[in-house]
Amino acid sequence: MKRVYVNEKWCLGCHLCEYYCAFAATGKDDMARALKGVKLRPRIHIEGDEKGSDLKNVTFAVSCRHCTEPLCVKGCITGALTKTDGVISVDKDKCVGCYTCVLSCPYGCIQGTDEGAVDKCELCVSTREGTPRCVAGCPNAAIVFEER
Amino acid sequence: MAVNYVYPDYEVVRNYDKCINCRACERQCANEAHTYVEEIDKVTSDDAKCVNCHRCVSLCPTRALKIVKTDHTFKTNASWSATNINEVYKQAETGGVLLSSMGNPNPFPIYWDKMLLNASQVTNPSIDPLREPMETRVFLGAKSQEIRRDKNGRLIDDTSPHLTLSMPVMFSAMSYGSISYNAHESLARASKELGIFYNTGEGGLHEDFYIYGGNTVVQVASGRFGVHKGYLDAAAAVEIKMGQGAKPGIGGHLPGVKIGEDVSRTRMIPVGADAISPAPHHDIYSIEDLRQLVFSLKEATAYSKPVIVKIAAVHNVAAIASGVARSGADIIAIDGFRGGTGAAPTRIRDNVGIPIELALASVDARLRSEGIRDRVSVVAAGSIRNSADVVKAIALGADAVYIATAAVLALGCHLCRTCNLGNCNWGIATQRPELVKRLNPDVGYKRLVNLMTAWKHEIEEMMGGMGINSIESLKGNRLMLRGVGLNEKELEVLGIKHAGE
Repeated sequence: MKRVYVNEKWCLGCHLCEYYCAFAATGKDDMARALKGVKLRPRIHIEGDEKGSDLKNVTFAVSCRHCTEPLCVKGCITGALTKTDGVISVDKDKCVGCYTCVLSCPYGCIQGTDEGAVDKCELCVSTREGTPRCVAGCPNAAIVFEER
Repeated sequence: MAVNYVYPDYEVVRNYDKCINCRACERQCANEAHTYVEEIDKVTSDDAKCVNCHRCVSLCPTRALKIVKTDHTFKTNASWSATNINEVYKQAETGGVLLSSMGNPNPFPIYWDKMLLNASQVTNPSIDPLREPMETRVFLGAKSQEIRRDKNGRLIDDTSPHLTLSMPVMFSAMSYGSISYNAHESLARASKELGIFYNTGEGGLHEDFYIYGGNTVVQVASGRFGVHKGYLDAAAAVEIKMGQGAKPGIGGHLPGVKIGEDVSRTRMIPVGADAISPAPHHDIYSIEDLRQLVFSLKEATAYSKPVIVKIAAVHNVAAIASGVARSGADIIAIDGFRGGTGAAPTRIRDNVGIPIELALASVDARLRSEGIRDRVSVVAAGSIRNSADVVKAIALGADAVYIATAAVLALGCHLCRTCNLGNCNWGIATQRPELVKRLNPDVGYKRLVNLMTAWKHEIEEMMGGMGINSIESLKGNRLMLRGVGLNEKELEVLGIKHAGE
């Protein structure tokens, strides 16, 4: 199945993917209005340029790998996390916010939210565009959505 | 400095209603023009650092940024323009020669824009290129003087080596060192896909790109950087660079900071050493000397590759081209005064040389009048901006054109004209690895292919309109051109009639 991959050779660490991701999640059509003054909760994160990182000139975007054997789904105590057609999604009504998945994800791609339920990349399947916004917004084609 | 004589030419305007503090502008500006200030939770900009390259503008996800020309002004003075005044200030401060990049930006006449193309009406049919075949292929090199047959009547094919182009456009010389590895890869891959050629410039050929040799013109310039047997063997043609339109009569200087490991190996000079190309070739002081180098290169490549001689368009260009044609060169490339450069002294760039349109017309006329036009192909260069310029150049007598500024524009260049600073935010004219990676060749080569494909369609449309189905029939066909707003002398040099005649 098609997944989101990042090629760190071309990742510029501009962080725009995070903003396009957060924007896609809002469902609004104006980015400035959607994100102005809002605390960002992107499901994709640039790593490598944190303070104290010893990586030199290497940054890369990390988002849910939609693992073949997903530990998060296995560990979910309420059945809120499921894998359908290769996409792991969270049912926010079922999630009780126990964060077992947050602890078990080896990539750190699931995050808690202020509302209690967890949040993760769902490949934009339910957004307006229906296709990953981080990929479309990457200025250097470092993030790709493809079969491998 | 206590006194800032020069006020920035351009100002960064940020719409704070739209800015979402994503800081992409701050991260992407190699000149550090943008800064996020935590206390006020806002991004601010320093106009003095901005070079107007539009990197931040192009990446801003909410279109919160724009760059405007400052309305700060001196008292209006036709003679002492702001440019003249500021240049004096800069030199008074530094004591140095002013440097500039890219082509001459001054308002000299652009003859392309004063020539109009013909089209068929009633008495001669136009051709629809979408329905009928159109030939845009051209062959560059010396043409046979006569048709000869053996005793069985078969044609004797002893044509000298040629370059075959799918369309009459090539990517002009830009050296590895002046532009980045990724820019070169984009040009090389695009040339291969398009069936045209790119030119290494004088900086040698990176070993990774030998695989594109069939679409590569290698250059031998006065510095002789990176020239060795493998380099000549790898190429489809060899170009001797005698001059460059942006800076006729002077050499080049690639600063040591741009000579990293890879550039050093490719140029065959030490890491960190300035790469200085002398103004003349020290072994060429006459056409006879040039002939020696032409034939040395032919000998070295077993007479299997055409040799191009590139000259800048200067006052006596027609006579010089005639000499070059007699030197044994297969192709003459003429570079007009608007041609680009990675760095040139401002005074040279802006005041030396002549327009390519006039140079091309006079060279073609001179070679024809001397009966040696078939001995060489002529390639015109120096600010060919679009497909109409290509068509007009062909009609004026060029066999093909070289483009470079248009090519780097396709790669993202915004003509900020600060290549000489080495901080190209678009990853083109820089060797800083974190900037070079901004040009992904997968994206870059595709954009070049798109540009050339679009031009090819347009060239076919214009040819079809004129009722011409082969680019060869357009070559030197000056009846297809008419001048507007040109004086008698200009029309005479261009060899065209005025509109309405």
